[in-house]
Amino acid sequence: MTTTEDPTVPPRDAPVPIKAIPQRHPWRWVSAVVLLLLAAMLVNSLLTNPAWDWPTVWQYLFSPQVLRGLWLTVWVTVAAMVIGIVLGVILAVMRLSPNPIVNGVAWIYIWFFRGTPVLVQIIFWVFLGQLYKYISLGIPFGPQFLYFNTTELIPVLVGGLLALGLNEAAYMAEIVRAGISSVDSGQTEAAEALGMTRLKVMRRIVLPQAMRIIVPPTGNETISMLKTTSLLSVAAILELFGTVQLIYGSNYKQIPLLVVASIWYLVFTSVMSVGQYFLEKRFGRGTSPVGRAKQKANLRARREGPS
Amino acid sequence: MTTEQVAADSAVPLVVAEQVHKRFGSLEVLKGIDMQVMPGEVACLLGPSGSGKSTFLRCINHLEKIDGGRLSVNGHLVGYRQKGDKLYELKDGEVAQRRRDIGMVFQRFNLFPHMTALRNVMEAPVQVLGRNRKQAKDEALTLLDRVGLGDRSDHYPSQLSGGQQQRVAIARALAMHPQLMLFDEPTSALDPELVGEVLDVMRDLAAGGMTMIVVTHEIGFAREVGDTLTFMDQGVVVESGAPKEVIANPQHPRTRDFLSKVL
Repeated sequence: MTTTEDPTVPPRDAPVPIKAIPQRHPWRWVSAVVLLLLAAMLVNSLLTNPAWDWPTVWQYLFSPQVLRGLWLTVWVTVAAMVIGIVLGVILAVMRLSPNPIVNGVAWIYIWFFRGTPVLVQIIFWVFLGQLYKYISLGIPFGPQFLYFNTTELIPVLVGGLLALGLNEAAYMAEIVRAGISSVDSGQTEAAEALGMTRLKVMRRIVLPQAMRIIVPPTGNETISMLKTTSLLSVAAILELFGTVQLIYGSNYKQIPLLVVASIWYLVFTSVMSVGQYFLEKRFGRGTSPVGRAKQKANLRARREGPS
Repeated sequence: MTTEQVAADSAVPLVVAEQVHKRFGSLEVLKGIDMQVMPGEVACLLGPSGSGKSTFLRCINHLEKIDGGRLSVNGHLVGYRQKGDKLYELKDGEVAQRRRDIGMVFQRFNLFPHMTALRNVMEAPVQVLGRNRKQAKDEALTLLDRVGLGDRSDHYPSQLSGGQQQRVAIARALAMHPQLMLFDEPTSALDPELVGEVLDVMRDLAAGGMTMIVVTHEIGFAREVGDTLTFMDQGVVVESGAPKEVIANPQHPRTRDFLSKVL
């Protein structure tokens, strides 16, 4: 009989399907009605309360001044995260090193940069010029060859960027370390048994697998960084928040301008969440349910294809 | 020991262990292991769990550091360089270099889950030996064919059965052209119906003249394929000899006791 030979085709005398009355969920309906009501109230107040001042929001949402601030926010976020991730990976690997000096340096770095407020760090970097007027290169305690004026070497924006990036590195280091530790030690042993050096084991075998653990909190950190850049406004850096602050400082329309900033922050955090989804899929190869479902579908297609 | 001594006269042993000691903290796991493995020989290690047989195997490619005695592979001390009567610890890079010639197969396969079977086999030749990808790929496909998995090359480990994963792991080790293969209970994590396919691959390998040290509970395999069988218990070698003799006529009560439980 063909039906018994091919498991994908259901046998002719299939069992009678179960007919049962599905579970009822009355509270879902109740809660949906309540939420709809609340949403309607909110929309109503947004539309009817003149204090929201939507015309002003619309006026500034795409104004060149706000867009310039937005652009600065976005690239500072990206640049600070790049610094944070690169330095964070290095620090994490250092933390796991058997060399006590390397390990200790990383520990102290993380201890310091995680232990002081990022706002203080921003101000410190921006005003570094008051602490050290000149930075020079040369022999320690001996003659110096190159002199730099600190405020010229590290302009305000670079100082702010450094502050955010160096602070982020301390957090990223711990995230990466958690990711590395989550990889089964058998993976390292197998790779070492093949003759790989420690660095190669890390780069080719451990880190790619650690990414699955590292990516979700890194997405979190990036979203957090986007908003933390608003702290740069204390150093008179005109990123998104600083820009709207400047505007409402002169026209006193605080609420609509804060709405403008919030809308842009929301738009970009949403975009980042989408990016995070794709990154997670990419690094879940061979393990994640999403990736596996796709691979299974491929397999099925291949198996059914030639037969 | 007599067969080994006869062989030792005609050739140089590949692996020599003299009074190898190993401790984890206060626990002494190896209490003076002596062993020799000739080129082309299949040496089976047998013993109850906790007897130190896996630890000894891991010492051979320096996954564990020995605390006493001497252990050498192919005339090189494992983990050290000798100059005069002084021993120098090898650098990480040198240890890695020595490991190239020793293949290892693990109980839990330890395939790289983020790579397909093919990439698992190609990884070390490309990354460690610097082979070009094309050449490495052709060779990896040949090896996968040899272990009966030519049609599974683009599968990820999670899509393979335990037996198939272990065969990929063997192919991965063989891709480095090792002089010596270490098997650490290669069939212990497998469903019973999958054990045969892995043992078949190992049998072929032995027939091809590969030097192998096999920690196993498969008495049948040891009897049929093994050239020597070493029985270990509580960190010492209790007895060793030709597998058929040791299994049929164990001399030591501990061997007798163990065999009566597993046979």
